[in-house]
Amino acid sequence: MAEKVLMKGNEAIAEAAIRVGCRHYFGYPITPQTEIAAYMSKLMPRIGGTFLQAESEIAAINMVYGASAAGKRAMTSSSSPGISLKAEGISYLAACDLPAVVVNIQRCGPGLGGIQPSQADYFQAVKGGGHGDYRSIVLAPSGVQEMFDLTAQAFDLADEYRCVVILLSDGILGQMMEPVDISAVSDNSANWNKSWALTGTGGERKPNIVNSLWIVPEELEAMNLEREKRYRKIEANEARWEEFRTQDADIVVVAYGAAARVAKNAVQGAREAGLKAGLLRPITVWPFPKKRLEALADQAKAFVCAEMSLGQMIEDVELAIRCKKPVLLSARTGGMVPTPEEIMEKIKEAERGSC
Amino acid sequence: MRIQRITILAGHYGSGKTTLAVNLALALAKEHALAKEHRPQKTRPYVALCDMDIVNPYFRSADAAKLLKAGGVELISSRYANTNVEAVWAPVEALRVFDDAGLSSVVDLGGDDAGALAIARYADRLRAREDAALWMVINPYRPLTRDIDSLREIRREIEAAAKLPFAGLVNNANLGAETEAETIRGSLPLMNDLSRALDLPVLMTAARRDLAEELSDIENVFAVDCFTKNEWRID
Repeated sequence: MAEKVLMKGNEAIAEAAIRVGCRHYFGYPITPQTEIAAYMSKLMPRIGGTFLQAESEIAAINMVYGASAAGKRAMTSSSSPGISLKAEGISYLAACDLPAVVVNIQRCGPGLGGIQPSQADYFQAVKGGGHGDYRSIVLAPSGVQEMFDLTAQAFDLADEYRCVVILLSDGILGQMMEPVDISAVSDNSANWNKSWALTGTGGERKPNIVNSLWIVPEELEAMNLEREKRYRKIEANEARWEEFRTQDADIVVVAYGAAARVAKNAVQGAREAGLKAGLLRPITVWPFPKKRLEALADQAKAFVCAEMSLGQMIEDVELAIRCKKPVLLSARTGGMVPTPEEIMEKIKEAERGSC
Repeated sequence: MRIQRITILAGHYGSGKTTLAVNLALALAKEHALAKEHRPQKTRPYVALCDMDIVNPYFRSADAAKLLKAGGVELISSRYANTNVEAVWAPVEALRVFDDAGLSSVVDLGGDDAGALAIARYADRLRAREDAALWMVINPYRPLTRDIDSLREIRREIEAAAKLPFAGLVNNANLGAETEAETIRGSLPLMNDLSRALDLPVLMTAARRDLAEELSDIENVFAVDCFTKNEWRID
């Protein structure tokens, strides 16, 4: 039976993680994601889990590294400046093929910036963030129920592909409250046989080794190419998106997360004004829904990329459609949230420009 | 329903204190305006909403500033960084809540014991007077306040931090935009049990305005309008 509660997005993330068997959370407070840590601190002790407020973000991500190496589902969360600090640890996790879930409730930057919502960590999340040839799966929820659902799925994806999964969200989604059905997921962590984990040999097997240091270039290249195969598999299998009124759309708006909520209202407004607008909302921003966008480029006259950053995702949109059609940018930055009217203006501009 | 001259709202974070505070202040101002019409020479009443939320920088009473002004409510709140920062301080004007005898005030605290801390510095003054009351706002559909034991613990934590006892409970049962009359009715058994267990009366039950009439058989139903930001609301 549906079990509905009224949750903040941050709480939904914590609840979902606990329900799918995450018993190891390490974090450090930063607005606007602190409710995740607060929730974990209340619940983990009751269920025999570990909540640990580390001395820093860097310590927290390395605790995740340790727990994951031991075969446990582990998570950390932060907001933009804190994620920058975690970048080194994410690269190490990727190098060791360790599954982990990292939540970024984005705030505005650069630097300390401010504490209002933003999407300006897009490049950091989908283009690496840390050093070296690696990828993280990046999930972009757009509502509180999806914060819950995608967090649950993030652990599965991390275990399946032995990679870091980033939940790329923002202050609006973290702080807003919506009813959530929390009954649909359960602890499935036993579905993955982690024979690689450091669990003690018991004198029965050769020791497992978790290591990211490869001094011999030939060996490291082979390791990276092997991992690259997995990334190609992820690109082939895991791209997800949602479409709204794209079937006959001349103008396709592309937006993710909180911006997609505003964009949906803009598309509705444009339709009421007689414009054939539609929305493609990437649910995974890596892998990016390239194929579908390229197909839409044959149909659409123009695209509008609506983001709370100064032109980051737009590069992926242009790449996906091979620059076949113009892409207009509707951007806000610094903690400002776009209005449906602003995005509608861009839709009109795109319509005028393509006539 | 009797509203004290100083009504202080505390409770678990996300229980709906700010929305309630705005609505209570507007309702009070309306009452005062009516009284003024009938006895213009006698009254100089005015109403203030004092935002002492030192916890949440996102959804705040300042978002309703225009609404409050139009409704004749003075907003006393921190002006630092457009109230966008969770600074641990109260505006100096907050002293008027206690010192200005002509002012009726609704005080909006931040969530949990951390938020209740803001009122502790005034606890001595408040304990000494009879026209002030601390209310515990509860939404039993919030994930961490769904049972009596959790609510008992939160009560204990908030009272310890505020250095004040609660005078009663406010039932703010809701599932956001999905709230129906049955959502609120469904909360009544728990709220009754809780009232007995904590030995605190249920002072009012809040309901979105379009549901209030349907629920008028419930004692002290209080009609509430939502004012939170809606650019990103999807219907």
